[in-house]
Amino acid sequence: MLGRVANGIFWMYRYLERAENTARLLAAGHRMSLTRGPDAAREEWRSVLTTLGLLQRYKAHHEGFNGAQVCDFVLRGKANEQNVLSMFERARLNARTCRSAITLEVWEAVNEGWMTLRDMLARPVREASLGGALAAIRRESTLARGATHGSMMRNEIYSFARAGTFIERADNTARILDVKYYLLLPSLAYVGTALDTAQWDNVLRSLSGERAYRWLNAGRMNARSIADFVILDERFPRSLAFCYGSLRENLAALALLHGREGAAHELMRSADQQLTGMSIEEIFDLGLHQFLGQFIIRNQAVATAISEQYRFIG
Amino acid sequence: MTAPSPAQFDEMLAPDGSVRDAYTDYQRWLSEQDTGWMRRKGAEAETFFRRTGITFNVYGDDDGEERLIPFDMVPRILTGGEWRRLSRGIEQRVSALNALMHDLYHRQEIVRSGRLPERLFRDNKAWLPEMVGFTPPGGVYTHIVGIDLVRTGPEEFLVLEDNARTPSGVSYMLENRETMMAMFPELFSRVKVQPVSNYPRMLAKSLAACAPKGSPERPTVAVLTPGIYNSAYFEHAFLADQMGAELVEGSDLRVVDGRVQMRTTQGFQPIDVLYRRVDDDFLDPLTFNPTSVLGVPGIMDVYRAGRITIANAPGTGVADDKAIYSFMPEIVEFYTGEKPLLGNVQTWRCADPESLRYVLEHLAELVVKEVHGSGGYGMLIGPAASKRELEAFRAKLTANPANYIAQPTLALSTVPIFTQQGLAPRHVDLRPFVLVSPEGIEITPGGLTRVALKKGSLVVNSSQGGGTKDSWVLDD
Repeated sequence: MLGRVANGIFWMYRYLERAENTARLLAAGHRMSLTRGPDAAREEWRSVLTTLGLLQRYKAHHEGFNGAQVCDFVLRGKANEQNVLSMFERARLNARTCRSAITLEVWEAVNEGWMTLRDMLARPVREASLGGALAAIRRESTLARGATHGSMMRNEIYSFARAGTFIERADNTARILDVKYYLLLPSLAYVGTALDTAQWDNVLRSLSGERAYRWLNAGRMNARSIADFVILDERFPRSLAFCYGSLRENLAALALLHGREGAAHELMRSADQQLTGMSIEEIFDLGLHQFLGQFIIRNQAVATAISEQYRFIG
Repeated sequence: MTAPSPAQFDEMLAPDGSVRDAYTDYQRWLSEQDTGWMRRKGAEAETFFRRTGITFNVYGDDDGEERLIPFDMVPRILTGGEWRRLSRGIEQRVSALNALMHDLYHRQEIVRSGRLPERLFRDNKAWLPEMVGFTPPGGVYTHIVGIDLVRTGPEEFLVLEDNARTPSGVSYMLENRETMMAMFPELFSRVKVQPVSNYPRMLAKSLAACAPKGSPERPTVAVLTPGIYNSAYFEHAFLADQMGAELVEGSDLRVVDGRVQMRTTQGFQPIDVLYRRVDDDFLDPLTFNPTSVLGVPGIMDVYRAGRITIANAPGTGVADDKAIYSFMPEIVEFYTGEKPLLGNVQTWRCADPESLRYVLEHLAELVVKEVHGSGGYGMLIGPAASKRELEAFRAKLTANPANYIAQPTLALSTVPIFTQQGLAPRHVDLRPFVLVSPEGIEITPGGLTRVALKKGSLVVNSSQGGGTKDSWVLDD
């Protein structure tokens, strides 16, 4: 397959994944702002922007942190070229560029997803329809992933699609956990209070993990076990360990097909070892913030190595 | 329905209102359908096209918006007998075109015999001195040809234009059929229509058969596109996908070890056949336009060394020329030794002073076209033009007569389209698609019917408000 097309596919799935995770983050933030006082809500929206790396840009264009304004900025803000609509636009552009590498089902899912969001986000989203809009973003991304799963050959193209998905998901999970944890630090003294529980619940909601976590932990909430779940539980599809398990699989498939490994494999293995070779106690001893920061950098290095090794760019 | 005017030939209805043979079964089916239901079907078609992404970009549109070519759901129908006669004529014409290209770039027998003036192609920008004395693999120049036909009567099919460069539109032929079958499945069980869906397979086979000597048994075929902003990008991707070929851009290609190779995830891999949808001028910045980023530096050297097939061959644009067109009857006869089966539209070459005088005197009745133009741009339709437009054109014509040809305004045949008020006749043309390889000439039954959606309009180009129809050849 062409290096340019591999690049297009890799990024198409990164954008789809990012759009979905952004919607999830906004949905959790929205829920939080409804259940808490205005000060907490303001902090919540601020943390959403921090997680997305948009805080500076937002502040350059807006005063205050009210929900409607933040959501509008993140979803469709003209001053924010990383907005969710443009992620879908780029995913679709890549799908067009790589049209002969994807099935009609995948193309239709991405194209229709883009058309739906373009119409939905043509005007500012009212608060009453915010929930529906965020659900639609998740749904469109899910449909594209489902079409991929159900219709694409398990070949090189698929491996790049999946590698892009999990590199992006691992990055997003790490960022969400990192920012939320930072925000929660002052409240660690209040472990066990209702307020604290709501905060942690919010972390899980941002990752669609609240239900799975409840089943595993029968209602107990604490920082350590949540971090353990989000970082190390291989059964949870948004955990770092799960993402790296899938990345391992897909890079192995590429190595098998090409008859050789490269720098990407080495870096992936080392990032994987740093992750799964540690217990949650060791992670906390190192410091969660530091651990996640290093993880994000290593994950990025794997992505860069993939793009070089597979000649994404001429 | 609105009755067709008796001055023009309607393909569905005879002047007395009776339905012609080709449309009998269709008309019977149609009369059983509910009008409201048909109207809803029309809206459905648009959704279908948007979803599958069959769009084209309009040049000169800043926002680069993707548009749909309007689709009309009344099929254009030819009987098997009509098609057999037509396809014999097309085959004859296409084989003459290929022979002409070989001759022009070799001994130029046709010039020596005094039947074609040398200046006609020497002055043509599409003429490539680089091709002189070179024979492409398999001796094929025009791998894919689109012959534009118009009809003026029951038996009168005339060639309006030969497209030997990079004819487009075949994806619409294929998707129109898919759309019709999805919308009206029961119609296809009632009326037997010859399938068109073989085209991509035939194209792949035909291109592979033209691979250079020494190519592997399964040659590597790639489609070269200028990229997603090209108006026909959908078609490039569609054909690559349907053929199982790589869709490449200039930036993917490089000359390595005397071969044209594409950058894959595993390094550079050689290409045997390049179906390029990039104009000659942009093909090789070392040989042609030095600023082109759409092509491959050095590809012409590889080509001339016989190590890649370029389809269509560079330099075939000469045959698209409207001045050459006017000589096609002589050309067909010269190379095939037979009388041409398909007629030409009468053409005045304005380079000829006597013709020019006639054209200037009858400007308001004629259609005047640029010799190298295409897509309906830069042409004058006399009867539809205002006084001022006529005068402006007269000035252009007098200043550079050799740049123009003129033709009578034809009474193009009509086929009904579906309107809110019911069926109404509109002018159509037909572009059959022809594949040439050393193994022979293959023509897909039917082709692309383009239809002028505006009442009375004769311009069928999609860039100027034309639409398309599914084109049927009956399996009778």
